[in-house]
Amino acid sequence: MLRLEKLTKTYKTGDQALKAIDLEVPKGQVLALIGPSGAGKSTMIRCINRLVEPTGGAVMLDDTDLTRLGSGALRKARREMGMIFQEYALVERLTVMENVLSGRLGFVGFWRSFLRRYPQSDVDEAFRLLDRVGLLHMADKRADELSGGQRQRVGICRALIQNPKLLLVDEPTASLDPKTSRQIMRLITELCRERGLAAIINIHDVALAQMFVPRVVGLRLGEIVYDGGPTGLTPDKLTEIYGEEDWEATIEKVDDDEDADIEAAE
Amino acid sequence: MPVLKRGDVQVWRRRTTGESMVRWFGWLIGIAVFLFAWQRISGATTWFFVWDAPRIANDIWTRATPPRWEYISQLGRPIWDTLNIATLGTLIALCLAVPVAFLAARNTTPSALFIRPVALLIIVSTRSINSLIWALLLIAIIGPGVFAGVVAIAIRSIGFCAKLLYEAIEEIDHTQVEAITATGASRWQVMAYGIVPQILPAFAGIAVFRWDINIRESTVLGLVGAGGIGLQLSASLNVLAWPQVSLILVVILVAVVISEWVSAKVRGAII
Repeated sequence: MLRLEKLTKTYKTGDQALKAIDLEVPKGQVLALIGPSGAGKSTMIRCINRLVEPTGGAVMLDDTDLTRLGSGALRKARREMGMIFQEYALVERLTVMENVLSGRLGFVGFWRSFLRRYPQSDVDEAFRLLDRVGLLHMADKRADELSGGQRQRVGICRALIQNPKLLLVDEPTASLDPKTSRQIMRLITELCRERGLAAIINIHDVALAQMFVPRVVGLRLGEIVYDGGPTGLTPDKLTEIYGEEDWEATIEKVDDDEDADIEAAE
Repeated sequence: MPVLKRGDVQVWRRRTTGESMVRWFGWLIGIAVFLFAWQRISGATTWFFVWDAPRIANDIWTRATPPRWEYISQLGRPIWDTLNIATLGTLIALCLAVPVAFLAARNTTPSALFIRPVALLIIVSTRSINSLIWALLLIAIIGPGVFAGVVAIAIRSIGFCAKLLYEAIEEIDHTQVEAITATGASRWQVMAYGIVPQILPAFAGIAVFRWDINIRESTVLGLVGAGGIGLQLSASLNVLAWPQVSLILVVILVAVVISEWVSAKVRGAII
């Protein structure tokens, strides 16, 4: 359903954040993207919905290449991809309900959204989602009155009300305590299963990733160095992904393993 | 941060000897210039007027007190004009400042190369000229009266409001904007949902703050003929009607205190 072909991002400073990434995500699959800070996880997610413009390659969502779309078509395509953020990225001074409904902005006109006259079906769906994540009683609260876990639930509702095919999740648990982190990961994976959603989840916490997702992709210096099940993440593999100090030697080894991994995946 | 060797002890000083000599000479020259300038000013001052000042001030004080309270019946209209000049001027300025601010902010300007410099030029040029001078110019163009005062206040305030507002726009949290963009929202929707809620408190604060300043500025606009209580002030000063002058000053003081109180209340309510 989602296919990245030689996706490349080179920043103006010359840093290569992504080096010709190839990745295929079938419908309904939830995968975790792990890797050290600066490996390009965030950049990759943002290149998919073009919050960051990729410099090369293609992002195929079904049969459209997102990298070639004009601004109008891109907005339509973005509606198919819900995004969840690390620091929740709720509009702090708006209410929970307004934040959830803002997920429908791509579907309603400017004045309707400006005057908060959303279609009744959207409002019904918003209430249903808030009920599903257990925040129905908070609908009228301002977003900045909520706790971290509650805010992230609102963020999830905002992504889901778009009725997307794909969730792009950027470090959903990095600002949360361990218990809430698990709850949020459980909620995301459950909702994906319920709705047959594919998801790419950036995550720092390897143990958490192993606990909840069937497929893990390891990213290092803009390249995929691991692609497989959560059980295949042996200490050696983790050293490869997060390894440090002896850069030259590690990069050599990484190249070899990438080939091996692609063969294994095929 | 020099380290000197003195015998086998390492001595640390903040500055090298050369640096401290330069600084010492700098101070010496500064003090010399100050004393010289002091002497020149002293030479150009008619000291008689200065020694005489307390007596004159006392004289004016006795002439000005008590204020001529019955004159208040003629001040209602001018102070009302003054308030209107300030309020209308602020409203017009805000309407014009909002688009200018969005064009000037680095993260919302359509073109950093062409449009942003124009917006910044508007901000600088309107801000750098005092409203009294704007009023003088406008009276020449559109004639004396309240309208000239309103326009003068409005023009003077555009730059001030736009500058503070565009700084607020540049300081917004970008991830909220990203999140709204990621939903497929249009440019205007991103503005209404991602940016406006974040700058609304700043906007309200700026509006009230400028209104407060404008009340004070509009009290003097009448001195050049742009309407309001300043007109009465200038007329009274011209005929040396000190009791009237003191009453006008009292009225202005009360108006300013009230505006301070209102703006403090409003700001407290927003934040």
